[in-house]
Order: sequence, then C-alpha cells, then structure tokens
Amino acid sequence: MSGEMGIGVSAPRTEDRRFITGRGRYVDDINLRSQQYAWFVRSPHPHAEVRGVDAADALKMPGVTAVLTGADMQADGVGPLPVAWGITSRDGSPAHEPEFPGLATDRVRYVGNPVAVVVAESRSQARDAAEMVNVDYGELESVASATAALEEGAPQIHEGAPGNLCFDWEWLPAAMAPDARANTDKAFKEAAHVVSLELVNNRLVPNAMEPRASLADFNTATGQLTLYTTSQNPHVNRLLLCTATLKMPEHKVRVVAPDVGGGFGSKIYHYAEELTVCWASRRLGVPVKWTAERSESFLGDAQARDHVTRVELALDAEARFTGLRVDTVANLGGWLSAFGPAIPTVFYAPLLAGVYRTPNIYVTVKGVFTNTTPTDAYRGAGRPEACYAVERAVDEAAVQLNMDPAELRRLNFIQPDEFPYQSPVGQLYDSGDFEGCLDLARKLNAYDEFSERRRQSEVRGKLRGRGMCFYIEACGAAPSQAAGQLGARAGLYEVATVRVHPTGSVQVLTGSHSHGQGHETTFAQIVAERLGIDFGNVEVVHGDTGEIPFGMGTFGSRSLAVGGTALYKAIDKVEEKGRKIAAHLLEAEADDIEFTEGEYRVAGTDRAVSFGDVALAAYVPHNYPLQELEPGLEETAFFDPENFTFPSGCYICEVEVDRQTGQVDLRDFVAADDFGNIINPMVVEGQVHGGLAQGIGQALLEHCLYTPEGQLLSGSYMDYCMPRADDLPNFVVATRCTPTPFNPLGVKGCGEAGAIGAPPAVINAVLDALRPLGVRQIDMPATPQAVWQAIEAARSGG
Amino acid sequence: MREFNYYRAGSVRDAAKRLSASGNAMLLAGGMTLLPALKMRLNEPGELIDLADIGELKGIKLNRKGAQVGATTTHAEVAENVELRAAIPVLPHAAESIGDPQVRNRGTLGGSLANNDPAADYPAVALGLGATIITNKRKISADDFFTGMFETALGRGEMVTQVLFPIPQRAGYAIFPNPATRYALVGVCVAQFKTGVRVAVTGAGASVYRLEDFEDALTDEFSEVALDGLTASAASLNDDMHAGADYRAHLVGVMARRAVAMALE
Ligand SMILES: Cc1cc2nc3c(=O)[nH]c(=O)nc-3n(C[C@H](O)[C@H](O)[C@H](O)COP(=O)(O)OP(=O)(O)OC[C@H]3O[C@@H](n4cnc5c(N)ncnc54)[C@H](O)[C@@H]3O)c2cc1C
Repeated sequence: MSGEMGIGVSAPRTEDRRFITGRGRYVDDINLRSQQYAWFVRSPHPHAEVRGVDAADALKMPGVTAVLTGADMQADGVGPLPVAWGITSRDGSPAHEPEFPGLATDRVRYVGNPVAVVVAESRSQARDAAEMVNVDYGELESVASATAALEEGAPQIHEGAPGNLCFDWEWLPAAMAPDARANTDKAFKEAAHVVSLELVNNRLVPNAMEPRASLADFNTATGQLTLYTTSQNPHVNRLLLCTATLKMPEHKVRVVAPDVGGGFGSKIYHYAEELTVCWASRRLGVPVKWTAERSESFLGDAQARDHVTRVELALDAEARFTGLRVDTVANLGGWLSAFGPAIPTVFYAPLLAGVYRTPNIYVTVKGVFTNTTPTDAYRGAGRPEACYAVERAVDEAAVQLNMDPAELRRLNFIQPDEFPYQSPVGQLYDSGDFEGCLDLARKLNAYDEFSERRRQSEVRGKLRGRGMCFYIEACGAAPSQAAGQLGARAGLYEVATVRVHPTGSVQVLTGSHSHGQGHETTFAQIVAERLGIDFGNVEVVHGDTGEIPFGMGTFGSRSLAVGGTALYKAIDKVEEKGRKIAAHLLEAEADDIEFTEGEYRVAGTDRAVSFGDVALAAYVPHNYPLQELEPGLEETAFFDPENFTFPSGCYICEVEVDRQTGQVDLRDFVAADDFGNIINPMVVEGQVHGGLAQGIGQALLEHCLYTPEGQLLSGSYMDYCMPRADDLPNFVVATRCTPTPFNPLGVKGCGEAGAIGAPPAVINAVLDALRPLGVRQIDMPATPQAVWQAIEAARSGG
Repeated sequence: MREFNYYRAGSVRDAAKRLSASGNAMLLAGGMTLLPALKMRLNEPGELIDLADIGELKGIKLNRKGAQVGATTTHAEVAENVELRAAIPVLPHAAESIGDPQVRNRGTLGGSLANNDPAADYPAVALGLGATIITNKRKISADDFFTGMFETALGRGEMVTQVLFPIPQRAGYAIFPNPATRYALVGVCVAQFKTGVRVAVTGAGASVYRLEDFEDALTDEFSEVALDGLTASAASLNDDMHAGADYRAHLVGVMARRAVAMALE
C-alpha cells in the first residue's frame, strides 16, 4: 500500500516540480499592500566611532518615509542580537559577549555593519536616499586577522575583551578531565615519532543561491506581527524576537519561512536586518521589505571557518597514535554571531579523535575579535576544521614514516566491536565500520592501480597525486541536557504533528525546515511506509510558526535524525490510537491487533479494517469508544535525542597538477559513506554531491580574503570563486550501513559529510602530487598561484 | 539601476546622431558589460541607444584579404562561423572561450573592443592579428585603438561599425583563466604573417599590449624552442589576489609557448 515510495526508495522529489517550473514562493515573491522597502546604510570602515547620523538630506528625497538609526532602536527598547551559546574560558570566566545592536549606536566593527535604515516607497528610492545619509565616522585602527589581533599593540576592538580575546578555552570533557593535558604531554614525551603541522583553515562565504530577505507586517489594529523571512528555523527566529530583541509575546508573532533557496547555516540566525524590518514595521505601521543584494550577502551573512591551528600527533614505535595536541586560534569577527563562540569550541574539539583510538587528546582554542564579518556555522560547522586538522596530520605521519596512508589509518581505527565507543574528547560514538568503508573506497578507486594512472598522467606532462580522508562527525544535534551543560541557551529537540484527515490522507507538521534538502519527499516516505498509505496522500508542511506547534529547525544534519524521529514517534502514537479504534470496530482486544501495510488485523484471522476506515471512524464517531477515547486522529511528539549520531566515511580523490601553471584538476573522487539507514538514496546522493562541491570549493577555489585592515577583497563573484560543474569530476558515491542505535529509524544524517571530508582529501592529494618536487605544505585554497608559488619555493630550496 | 531613457536606433547614422546630441547617452550592444555596470551604478547614463535593430552592423564577410565582422556580431556567431573556422581559426577559437553560452549569445565584438576590459579576449586577438577597427568616422589600427585600461581611441559620438581581421599564415591563442571570472588571467595571441610575427597579451597589464622580444624571436624562427630563455617582464603587470605580477609574468611565458604550439598544430 505504501506503493513504490516507502523507506529506501529513490522517490522523485515532490518539491522539485514547483522549483523547476518557477512556482516556488520565496520571501521576495511575497508582496503586501502598502509595502515599503528598506535599504541599509552600512559602514564602509572596518572600525570607526559613529559620532552622528545626519538624515536631513535623505529625508528630503522622493518617496522616503523614514530614516531610522541605532539611537531610535535603543529608545524603543529593542534588545541586542542574542548569543545563543555561552562559552567559559579555562580560568572559569565567561566569554566576553559584547552587546550587538541591530543598528550601530556608537561604533562599527566591520565593513558592512548596519548603521541606519532608510524606508521608502520603492527600493531604488530607498537606495538613492541611503546615499544621502551622512554618517560622521571617526575612523579607528583596525585588524582583520586573528593572529594579528592577538599581538601586542593590536587595535582594541571591544573594551571588555583585552587583547581582543573573547575566550581562552580548553577542552576537558568528563572522560579525560582533569588530566587531559598532563596525560597528553606525557604521551608526547614518550613518543617514538611526533608530527607537527601549522594549518590555516580558510575563511568562507556561504553563498546560498537565494540571498537573505525579510518582509515584516505589523498589524496596528491587532498588534500582530507577521514576519516572512529566509530562515532555516522560523521558531527560533520567533523565540529570539520575542525573548531577546522586540520582546513581544509569542502569540502576537508569526514567523513564516516559505520556500528558501539554500542556507548552509547562514540562515540560522536572527540577523540585524530581520530585526530592523520588524521593528520598522511596528514603528511605522506599514509592511517593510528588505531583500539583500549579492554584495550585501558577501558583507552581511555570517562567514565561516578562519582557523589557524597547530596540530601535533604523537606515535609509538608501531605507528599507533598515542597523543594529539591541538591549539587553535579562531576568528570570530567584529561581534559574536549567535553560535559564533560554540562552533570553534564545542562543535570542534569533540571531533578531534577522528576515527582513531588516540587515547590522549588535549585541545585549546582562543576565540578572537577582529574587524571582519562575524563568523558562525556553515555546512559542517567546526567538524570540517577538526577533520582537516586530524587528517592532514595523519597523512603527514604516513609520509614521515613512509607508510601507506590507508594502512596507517587502518592500524589506528576504532574496531567494530568497540561500539559504543567512548572517545577521549567526550563523544560516545554510536556505530561504524571504518575498515568496511575504507575497503569500499579503495575498491571504487582501484587503489592498487594508482601507479599506472600516475604514469599515464606523466606521459601527458601532469603530476598525479592521490589523497585520502577518513571523517567522522556528530549529527542530530542535540541531547538538550548535554548541550545545556556545554553552554547552549536553547533546547535542541524537534517536534512533529501527524494530522490524519477523515479520508485517511495525512498532513505532517514538522519543525524541521526544508530549504533544499527534500523533507517534503523523505518525510512523506516515512509516513507512507509506516501507515501503509500512498505517498501521494501525505503532505509535509514546514516553515510556519502559525501552523506548526514548535521546532528548532534545520542545521547540523539533524532533520532526519531528530525531526524524522519526532515524526516517527508521532506516527507511533497515531498507530496506537488507531489500534484502539480498530479493536473497537473489530470487537477485539487491542493487544490482539497487528498493524501491517495499512491494515489493522486481528492476529491470525482475516478480520481487518483499513487505516482509512479507522480515520473515518475517528472523525465520524458513530461506532466509537467515546468513553475511552477522544475522537479525531492527530498526534504530536517532541523528541529529544539521547545522543548525537556519528556518520563516517572514507574519501579518496586524485588530482593532476600542471606544474607550469599550478593548475590542479580533480580527476576522480570516490566517497564511501556510512549514514546509517537511508530513506531516499537519491536524495542522499544529492546531499553528498553538494557537500563535496562545497568542500572542494574550500580546498581549491573559495577564498574570503580581507586586507590586513579589514576591507573585504573578495566581495563579489569577480573574486570569490565558487565551484562550477566543470571544476568537479564525476563523483563515485557509495554507502555502507551501520544503523545508529540511538534513534528508531537507525539514521545518522548526511547533509554535511561532503563538506567535512573533501578538503583534507583534496589537499592530501595535491601534496601527494607535489611531493616529488619537494613541496611539503600548502594551505587552502590551493589556487593555481598558491601551487605555483609552493613549487617555486621548493625549487629555490625555500 | 537609475532611470534612463531607452532608444532603439534604426541606422548607424541615427545612433551616431543621437549619441552626439546627448551629453550622457551610451550605446547598448549585448549589454553583458553595460547592464551589470548600470545595476551596480558604475554607469549612470541618461539614455541607452540600442544597436540591436541596425542590420548594417551585423554579419561576417570573408574575402582573400581578410574577414570583415560587423560590430554587433555575437561571440556565438563568430564561434560558429564555418568560413572563419577555416580561414582564421584563432578568431572563432577565442570567441568560443569567452564566458558562457548566455554571454556568447548576447555579447558582441564591438562591445568587447569598445569596452577594452584589461582581461578580455577579443582585444588580444584584434591586436595579435593587427586588425583594423572601422568606425562611423574613420579606420583605426588595433595598435592605436587600445589606449589604456577600459580606454580606447574612440572619440565622442564615435562608434565601432566593423572590424577587419587580416588572415595570418597561422595563429594561436592560449588563455589561462582567472578561476573566479574565467576571463583571462593571462591570454596570449600569437600570429604569423609574411611580414613577421605579432604577439599580444591580455589580462596581464592595464591594457592589451605587444611583446616585442617574443615577436622578434618568433619572426626568426616560429617554434616554441625559439622562445627558450625569454621571459616576460613583471614590471607594471597587474597584481591582485589571484595572481601577483611575477606569477602573471611567468604565465605570459607559458601561454605564449602554448599559443605557438597551438598555431603549429
Ligand atoms: C558572466 C560574464 C562572463 C564574461 N566572460 C568574458 C570572458 O571570458 N572574456 C571576455 O572577453 N569577455 C567576457 N565577458 C564580457 C562579454 O564578452 C561582453 O559581451 C563584452 O565585454 C561587451 O560586449 P556587449 O556587446 O555585451 O557590450 P555592452 O555591454 O552592450 O557594452 C559595453 C560597452 O561598449 C559600448 N559599446 C557597445 N557597442 C559599441 C559599439 N559598436 N561602438 C562603441 N561602443 C560600443 C557600450 O556603450 C558600453 O560602454 C563576460 C561577461 C559576462 C557577463
């Protein structure tokens, strides 16, 4: 009855018809009567005092309704943009959390920092007028790099953060504390080999296809605010609007995230622009819309990565890993974005064990303010940085010990019988088969025939290299209690309602928002499978706080593991209630009734009633146990996971380098992933492809670059290089499955894997290709110029 | 984008008259450069004069001496032209390497030359082949046409109408693309004529330029080996996040050799 579209089937994506025929409805497609347009006046300076904002000339421009400033916002009692995660330094002091006003009041701390907003009848009128707003800036010394910001005499960005240090953190999870440091130092003292690397994890700009947009509509008669916004988690935006910034009661605020064209983390947050249009609409009594231009996205969307890391790996004489020391400087930007302090700490350090049995690990992280756009989560969020550090170090160890990198990894793998495995950095790994993934990847790569391929490349004048990476990541954020202990200021459960209509069709209301991932398809497959109804009879609704009870949204590859499980649990309840109704209809005991393929049946008999008939009985309760049961068939479940889930996988890629130009061409890419059980293989494959493209982008192409003072150099696609189809090889992807025991679906999550595993695989391959020329180290992105310079430096003995 | 007047010219004379009459009118050809510039408010013309309806600006004519290509001929039309492919293959080859299909279906030869983007492809081929740019007022040799970054010899009220490309004995154009824009980080056009060899470089400097020592060496002997020991100077070359001057100079040498190899194929 679930037809062809149950669990495990590559059902075509329901949502694609509307996306590819132009029938999607994005925020900018929504237009309201009397709507006005906002244009932001942004700081052109990385660091300056704002001495005054003179709007007199702007207010005289045609169509202008208002010019509003930070002072106006403050006067209206609007709160600062909240930080959602508190981090504690190793000396026990809390991280410095400066108040981040939606519009600057006295100082701007990065180029693009919003200072004022112009509201006008048309977008171009607002823009024209914004050019006439005179801001009196007092320019201050500024600094863009985190390491430079830590130096003595560096410009001071926040008074409460001497030396620009937001926090100085060490990771002492219960399993290792308090001896992590001493034990790790001891491991290094006793080591037979020590590998040490200095790595830069380059800063990235997220670049969702749809720029951010917000349309706020405050109804002066009812006091109701409706916000249409490009969000991955509309309930979270509402929560923050209500508790932190506008401070309105939840029942007066509805947040709608309609079709959203990609997020990758950048659309998690309650941004200044979103807050400002809500406040402006309330103040002016008209709907106010803002749609970012791409140049604004480059300045205003939270950026990502930007670590400088020293990683050291200790090995014993048998090449077993005995210790890992990691010291990272993380660039947080000019202010703290919502999860800014959490990403380089609690989303990073707990993954530094990788897939290995390294017993002693000690991690320190300095979070640093700089005059750049704030950083936060972006596809992978902390885990790509962790994976990069570990997997670069492991490859370097293989080189130094003259071992096959696959064999060195195999030697150190956590074994299948060790799960659940307590890692020294505080994670309880659920399941995995690392050797199985490695063997699968090796097979797909034709690992043993590499030397022949290398020879053929040489014939064509190219240097061929192969690189490998083994990643593990934590998905399914998060067990709320554990997260709370680590500083989270919200719960991280998920919510689903299953509404069975009288005719037996089903509506799912989920707090997991879909902005490209395909929830409308995969969640429907779960319902079809479980209730034995036709896939086409299931509708998945998401993205509207007015319709959906609650939810924490989509990030950290959590939708299926947490949102899917909430759905699963709600279906359990529906099934259970249906069983009681069926028992009544069949005049049997509920315990004797089994539910399979859409039918309740008295076990061992042919007496059965269909799910549809049960639904009808629930809504037309003429023959119904009204004394025991309420009519209707609708159930809600909140699910708070007991643990994260841990996808893992092995990536192998091969590159060819043109030694004359430094051009790197990716020739082959093999991905062998373990995502646990899979609902829709095609959707998973798509997620892997997208993640790989972004990971390869980071490794070879994408470079968010500032001048030392903080002017963004790569502020458009003329300089910021996104991966294009012809930059990528045909991916060979395959999966192995070790289901997680931590949720009933056995699913782990697949959204970020590619972006986590690809960068080290690619860079390891580039280094493998260049090693014959004496090149030992290269940072991302390995652009043609960077590769050429590395070759030249090696040639001249540098 | 600010408001502007839109005018569709019926003839070259009409367009030129309109252009001279107004202080801040601009010609619109494919719009691939001009429209983004308007959106970013880098240009704020009061009027756009669209050349799309002017038949005399379109088309490709070939005779023994060379090819005459109309100013509004699109990159795609040049890339696909069978006669050009046979007579001057370097020209369709270069046109084919410009942008993407959308850009090639809209962008025009005249627009590209008049714009003289320092990283554009056509200027290198025009200079390398020693083309003659015909305007509504005069003929200008390529050597005199490209005067600086985004600057040409075109005067007020003057527009490109046709371009004459002489037929070389052989020629090649090799480009190393800017990873982000795919314009030329460095592109080198090498063309051999009975009278000598011309080598033109785009992407590396403020504007397209000729490499005389390379030309001399190749005039003596048209082969890659002839360039042995020759390096391009990095002085006054462009320096940006994708390529410093030294890397660009190095690429000029590599692309020149590849262009020669291509010409010899
Ligand atoms: C995404 C993208 C990628 C691109 N990649 C490349 C590339 O790889 N290589 C490359 O070389 N170019 C590239 N281009 C530029 C493209 O080739 C443009 O077509 C060209 O630069 C301008 O031609 P146009 O016909 O579009 O001119 P328009 O944009 O219409 O005009 C450009 C300028 O020339 C003037 N003009 C137009 N026609 C005439 C005329 N007949 N006489 C005098 N002035 C005139 C206009 O007034 C304007 O100032 C790219 C463009 C885009 C959008």
